[in-house]
Amino acid sequence: MDKREIRKSPYDIKQGKILDVKQMTESEKSFKIALQGGDLLDHDPGQFVMVSIPGIGDAPISISSSPTQRGYFELVVRNVGKLTGALHKMEAGDTVGIRGPLGNGFPIRLLEGNDLMFVAGGLGIVPLRSLINYVNDNRRNFGKVSILLGCKSPTEMLFHEELSHWEERLDVNFSVTVDSAAPDWRGNVGMITSLIPGVDLDSKRTFAIVVGPPVMYKFVINELLAKNIPESQIYMSLERHMKCGVGVCGHCQIGGSYCCKDGPVFCYTKVKNNIEAL
Amino acid sequence: MENLVILKKEDLNDFVMQIARTKKVVAPVKKGVKSFAFEEVTSGERIDLDYTSTILPPKKYFLPQKETIVEYDKSKKKWTPTLYSEEIVLFGVHTCDLFGIQCLDIIFSENPKDFNYILRKNRILIIGLECSNYCDENASCALMDNHNPNGGYDLFFTEIDDRFIIHVNTYHGEKLINKTGLCTKADKRDISELRLLKERKRNVFKNEVDIPYAELKPLFEKSMKSKVWDEIGEKCVSCGNCTNVCPTCYCFDIIDDINLDLNTGTRTRVWDSCQNGSFAEVAGGENFREDRGERQRHRLNRKFNYPVSKFRRYFCTGCGRCTRACVAGIDLKETINSLIEEKKGN
Repeated sequence: MDKREIRKSPYDIKQGKILDVKQMTESEKSFKIALQGGDLLDHDPGQFVMVSIPGIGDAPISISSSPTQRGYFELVVRNVGKLTGALHKMEAGDTVGIRGPLGNGFPIRLLEGNDLMFVAGGLGIVPLRSLINYVNDNRRNFGKVSILLGCKSPTEMLFHEELSHWEERLDVNFSVTVDSAAPDWRGNVGMITSLIPGVDLDSKRTFAIVVGPPVMYKFVINELLAKNIPESQIYMSLERHMKCGVGVCGHCQIGGSYCCKDGPVFCYTKVKNNIEAL
Repeated sequence: MENLVILKKEDLNDFVMQIARTKKVVAPVKKGVKSFAFEEVTSGERIDLDYTSTILPPKKYFLPQKETIVEYDKSKKKWTPTLYSEEIVLFGVHTCDLFGIQCLDIIFSENPKDFNYILRKNRILIIGLECSNYCDENASCALMDNHNPNGGYDLFFTEIDDRFIIHVNTYHGEKLINKTGLCTKADKRDISELRLLKERKRNVFKNEVDIPYAELKPLFEKSMKSKVWDEIGEKCVSCGNCTNVCPTCYCFDIIDDINLDLNTGTRTRVWDSCQNGSFAEVAGGENFREDRGERQRHRLNRKFNYPVSKFRRYFCTGCGRCTRACVAGIDLKETINSLIEEKKGN
């Protein structure tokens, strides 16, 4: 057997230095990461990276910061598996491996000039935040913006400071609901679907961008269609098990589509007849 | 037909020995009563050219069961994409398996290109072998139109009486032939005998399933909610034999290993199977293909439906290995027939 180095490999890994780690909730941490040599990640909102820890492996993590945030990018990670468990033990100054950015992000060019309705359930706010912040940083390129957020309880809510900033902004309609809460919670209680009927929108020029747990999509999409939002104006980001991240290994397949390469962002028209999608 | 040459059967041993002096030669070898495997040989003696089907297809040389793709050094915080490969002459590949290799070539040549596959493949010279009869009753090569060669080889051997008629398809193949100095030009008689054999094959190989080639994809598209998937899901034991032996299954897992110095290690690509229960399970516990019937449906749609939309070709070679290897007796031709019957009933 002859051994050689491969210069251009989809499995090539860049060094990412952890600049800062913040505990966000009981099980989620936020990591600020900069690529070695000051390289820009240069991602689109909605793309993801594969994070590597030598000896542990790698896992797909969505990028939660906007590309308008330069110098570093942010990952918000729930401690659920082998890789994320190891990542949670890491500190500022440590190095992780980064592959990517990978996948297709949100269709920004299509969204420009239109009204946007963001629907985020649970951890769905993590990838969606990359787009929300991008839109807020380029606010005049977009029409009306509504953000609907749902999560299990107020204690599981992420990005508290930003949420209150969105709430204060006059150019954003922000509403939030929780499944259940202690008596001191003064907001809405109920499923995220309960927020949709009340949104005042012009269906012809509204794009809905939906990210949440698998069980959420069917119900949310039904509500959106009831508001007459055209199917071609509904976008979502799906989650699947991934190993290669470049459309080969098969783990993330949704019928004939690869979540990692054809997605993770899909238009509803592309997946509505795919028996394995929603 | 300038690119046809003749090798006498009695010279095959010499032919293989000459090549084996400088290169690793791999050929079908008998392993048991009805089992064969591709293995390294140094002469023609162990080669069994009457072999039916090998247990594993030659994909094991293109996409090894286990291969290093990255080597890392923790202290240096460095990952290095790495390839281990060798020069191989792959001898005696049936036409179905040639097609299987062509399918893998397509997958790993898509962007971003997989250079572990491409650079390894470029060091393998492929010598095909004509089938004049069926391997056994499990094959469906005529249905898939793979009983005749559709390219994908450097040299192609057709056995006729006391000699091989060899089609020289590439410059690399030509160089190999010239180096051995054992071959002579084919004459008119050889060519007419080759033609006769091809004609005789037309009567031997007939579509094994009652459906035209072009109708297979529509059949699978319309059968997404078929009861047949529940039925074979009941039988399936999720062992993954069918995907392991399939010439066009290429799903893999990626695993990190660390060396005993606790500093350096490797990232390894290993064969995986969509039939394994946890294949589509994410870290949070959600499993996107929990049911065995769904997994079987997925496997067969990846042969008869999805790749046709993407690459305009079926990814079933008709080799019959999945049927032979199934411990639960799930039979590909039977499955297709059940789908046809169900559609007729509707």
